[in-house]
Amino acid sequence: MVPCQMSLAGYLQLPLGARRTVSATDPKRLTSTVVRDDEAQLVSAAKAGDVSAFEELVNRYERKIFRLGMNITQNREDAEDVMQDAFLKSYQNLDRFQGDSRFYTWLVRIAVNEALMKLRKRRPNQVSIDEPLTEAEDPVFREIEDWGPSPEQRFAQTELNEILTHAIGELDPIFRVVFTLRDVEGISTEETAQILGISVAAVKSRLLRARLKLRQKLNKYFRRSEVQ
Amino acid sequence: MNCKKVILELTSYLDGVLDASVRIDLEEHLSGCSDCRVVVDTTRKTIQIFCNSEPVPLPDDVRTRLHTALLERFRRNARTT
Repeated sequence: MVPCQMSLAGYLQLPLGARRTVSATDPKRLTSTVVRDDEAQLVSAAKAGDVSAFEELVNRYERKIFRLGMNITQNREDAEDVMQDAFLKSYQNLDRFQGDSRFYTWLVRIAVNEALMKLRKRRPNQVSIDEPLTEAEDPVFREIEDWGPSPEQRFAQTELNEILTHAIGELDPIFRVVFTLRDVEGISTEETAQILGISVAAVKSRLLRARLKLRQKLNKYFRRSEVQ
Repeated sequence: MNCKKVILELTSYLDGVLDASVRIDLEEHLSGCSDCRVVVDTTRKTIQIFCNSEPVPLPDDVRTRLHTALLERFRRNARTT
């Protein structure tokens, strides 16, 4: 099961803004001849100077990059800065993008670096993504309760988003960055290791801890005994 | 396989990258250990819930500032090329 990678593929097949007709009468929407459902084509067109193609990439990914910024920084203003800087820097450096990875992965890499800089600036002595783990706690078998099928459906979307954001925010940065990249954004273990400059083994170890901690944090909302 | 080993292999198991022989051992343990079954099931659901969560729409003011900044950059680039 690699759920988010499957989900991401599904996400990319959605029409969203990708098949929107670009209006020449709207000064923010320039016309383009590019067929707008292929990321690589959009990147090529943007590299060739088609700003509406780049704008299409922004429309496609802005919500996800903002969420990424929120998940890592846990601060709305910082998340906005992260998103804006990520898109501006990716536009400015588009010529350097070689296409070795997906554009989205490259964009995420830029956004993560921006977000980590924000964290380090805010808490210079507390944030390291490469420090060894010394924690000896074993959170696994403290709470063993079944959740039943689709426990998230007991909550409205807004309430669920608040629960998830809060739960991620309670994790240490070294765990929430790895979890966000792997299980929210669907970035592979190897790419996550590259982005963060840590080993694959370290990604796997932190991901396990993060998943178990989040399971424990969500338990109080989703366990069967919570059902009225 | 014991419960501790199940937890150590949990991420690889859920990601579907566990060696076949280890997976068979793990699933054999799961068939007889309800605690581990619950941990595996609720951890799987944890991942799915985050994975399936839709990002909320950008607040209007945030989106406006983003696109204004981009337009400004497009214009500046157009002037210099």
